Amino acid sequence: MALNTDSQGLSKGEARWPLVTLLTRPFAAIGRAAIRWISNLGASAVFLFLAILNIVRPKQGPKIIQQIYFIGAKSSMIIMLVGLSTGMVMGLQFYRALVKVGAEGAMGTLVALSLVREMGPMLTAIMIAARAGSAITAEIGIQRISEQIDALETMRIDPLRYLISPRIAASIISFPLLTALFDLIGMIGGYISGVLLLGANSGTYLHRVQVSMEMEDVTEGFIKAIVFAVIVSTVCCYQGYFVHMRTDSHGAKAVGLSTTSAVVLSCVLIMVADYVLTSLLI
Amino acid sequence: MEPPLIEFKDVTKRFGLRTVLERVNLQIYEGQVTTIIGLSGSGKSVLLKHIIGLLKPDEGTILFKGKPLTTMKKNEKAASLAQFSYMFQDNALFDSMTVYENIALPLRETTNLKKAEIDLRVTARMEQLELSDAANKYPSELSGGMQKRAALARALVTDPKIVLFDEPTSGQDPVRKNAILSMIAKYQRKFGFTAILVSHEIPDVYFISNRILALYDQAIVFQGTPEELENFDHPFKDEVILSLEGLREELTGLYSKRQFKVLHHVQLKQKTLGETYSVVVFTLEEMDAIITSLGHEAAQEALRSMGVYIDKHFGAIGGFSTRRHTNEFVTVLPYSDLTEVESMLKDFIDDFQEQGIRGIWAGGRKQPASEGGVEFVILAGIAQGQPVGNIDSVINSAKHQQKEIARLRCDVRR
Repeated sequence: MALNTDSQGLSKGEARWPLVTLLTRPFAAIGRAAIRWISNLGASAVFLFLAILNIVRPKQGPKIIQQIYFIGAKSSMIIMLVGLSTGMVMGLQFYRALVKVGAEGAMGTLVALSLVREMGPMLTAIMIAARAGSAITAEIGIQRISEQIDALETMRIDPLRYLISPRIAASIISFPLLTALFDLIGMIGGYISGVLLLGANSGTYLHRVQVSMEMEDVTEGFIKAIVFAVIVSTVCCYQGYFVHMRTDSHGAKAVGLSTTSAVVLSCVLIMVADYVLTSLLI
Repeated sequence: MEPPLIEFKDVTKRFGLRTVLERVNLQIYEGQVTTIIGLSGSGKSVLLKHIIGLLKPDEGTILFKGKPLTTMKKNEKAASLAQFSYMFQDNALFDSMTVYENIALPLRETTNLKKAEIDLRVTARMEQLELSDAANKYPSELSGGMQKRAALARALVTDPKIVLFDEPTSGQDPVRKNAILSMIAKYQRKFGFTAILVSHEIPDVYFISNRILALYDQAIVFQGTPEELENFDHPFKDEVILSLEGLREELTGLYSKRQFKVLHHVQLKQKTLGETYSVVVFTLEEMDAIITSLGHEAAQEALRSMGVYIDKHFGAIGGFSTRRHTNEFVTVLPYSDLTEVESMLKDFIDDFQEQGIRGIWAGGRKQPASEGGVEFVILAGIAQGQPVGNIDSVINSAKHQQKEIARLRCDVRR
C-alpha cells in the first residue's frame, strides 16, 4: 500500500488524473458506503440466525423471563400513556372530519382499524426502541468495552446465547402483547374523546369497533409487531455487541453513538418495513 | 526437560499496519509460574489473549501439549481451552451482579451442578479469598484489592489447570500489589495450576516466578529463571528492566538486588587486605501462618515493616540491605565486626517489637485464629567475610548459621 501512494496518500492513478479523481471520488465514497452497508446487513443476518438458534437451549428460560420483564412489563406504562394519547387524538380528529360529511358513525371503525393495522404496531415498536432498545445497546456496549463479553468467552459461555438470544426471544414475545395493550388503550382513548367529550353515540362507536374488525386485521397487526420486534432487537443488540468495531470513535463515546444509531436505525427500518408489510398484506 | 504445555512457533500478529508480535517463539511448562515481562504497550496482553484463543495469530502456530490448536477438532479444542481460566487486567466483573453471582456464573452456565453444590463451591472460594463479607455487594462497592480477589475467585471456581493473569497488580499500592502476588503464589502451590502472568512489576514478580519471558521489540528475547535473567546481556536489560526496577524496592524501601550488587562491589573494593565485613541474613518465618491468621495484606505489611526497621538500624552504621527472597533479607555491614552486629541485632529486635509490629495490625483484615494472637518468628545468621572472597559464599554461610533471634507475639488486645 505504501508503495503505491505518494506523501499525500494519493495513488499513482489519482496523482496522474486529478480531475478524474475529483469526479469519481463521490461515487467511490458511495460505493464504499454501499459495500459497508451490505456487509453489515449480511453480518446482522448471521448474527440474528445464530441468536435464534440459541434461543431453544437449556437454562434460557429464566433469562428470557427476566428480559420479558424488562422489555415488556417495564414498558407497559409508557405504552398505555402513548396509546391513550394517540386514541384520544384520533377520536378528536376523526370526529371533526366525519361530522363534516355526516358520517360520524364510522368513527369507531376508523379508530379501531387505524390502531390495529398501523398505529398500534408502529408506535409500540418505536416506543420500545426508544425505551428498551437504547438501554439494550448501552448495556451490551458497556459490557463489550469493559471486556465483560471477552470474560464470558474465556469462561466458555457463548455471549450470543447468554446476552443476545434472551433479548430477541423476549422482544418477539413482548411486542405483540404490548401492541395489543396499545390497541386496547387507544380504543378507550378514542371513546373518551369522541364519545365522552364530543358527544358521539356510545353504542354506535362500540358496535362499529366490534363489527368492523376481522381476524385478518388482528393478524396483520401481530405480524407487523413480530417483524418489528426482530428488527428492533437485532439492530439494538448488534449495535451494542459490535461497538468496538466502530471506526469513528472508541470507548464511552462509541457506546453513545451506537445507542443513537440503534434508535434511529430501528425507527427508520420500522417505517420502511411497515410500508413493505402493508403493501404485501393488504 | 518435559515437553512444554504451551508453545508458540513463529507467531505473528498485526493490527492493520502495526505489527504487535513478530515471529514469537516461547515455551510454557506445566505446574510453573511463568511471568511475561515487558514495557506497557509492548503486546503482553495480546500475547496472553492468543493463549486463551481470544485472538488468533496471522502467522505461526500455537501448540497445546505438542498439538497445534488449529488442527484440533472442535470438541478437542473446546476441551483444551476449558482447562484455562483468565483474570482480566480490569477484572471484567459483571457490574450488575453481586460478588456471589459473579463467582457462581461459570458454574451456573457451564455445568449441570445442583444449586446446593454450586453454593458450596462458591462459598468455599469466597472464604479462601476472604470475600465472605462482600458476597452481596456489587463490584462498584468494593475496594480495588477486593475486586481483584473477586476476579481471582471467579477464575479459580471452576478448578482450572491453567490460569492466565493479565496485569493482576495494576493500580495497587505496594503492599496490596505484593499481597496479590503472594495470593497467586499461595493458590498456585495449593491448587497446583499452571500460572501465566503478564506484568511489569519488576522485581516483585521475581519472588513468585519460576520462569520469566521477556517481550521486547515484538519478540521474546529471553526465557529462563529470574536468576538467569540477572546475567542476561541484552538492550532489554538496560531499556526495560533498569527503567522498571528502580534503585529501591517499592515494598520495603531497601535496595534492589542489582543496586545491592553495585554497592557491595564498590564498598568492598575499597577495603584493604585483612579488613573484614559482616553479613546478616534475616528470615521472617511462618509466612503461611501469618497469612492464614492475618491475611495477605498484613503479611506484606510485616515484610515491609521488617525491611524498614532493618534499614533504620543497620543503614545508620553504613550497612545496606536487599530482599533476597519473599521473606529473606540480606544486610552487608562493611564497617562492623561480629560483636557490634550482635549488639545491633538486639536493638533491632527490641525496636521492631515495640514499634514496628503495631503497624502490621492496620493491614490485617482478619482477627487472629487463636485468642492468644500471632507469633512472628525471626531468624538471623551472621558471617564475616574478606574483600577478596566471594560474597555469595559469605551470604550462604550466614544463612546456614541462622538461628531464632526473636519470637514476637502480636496480640489482638494490644
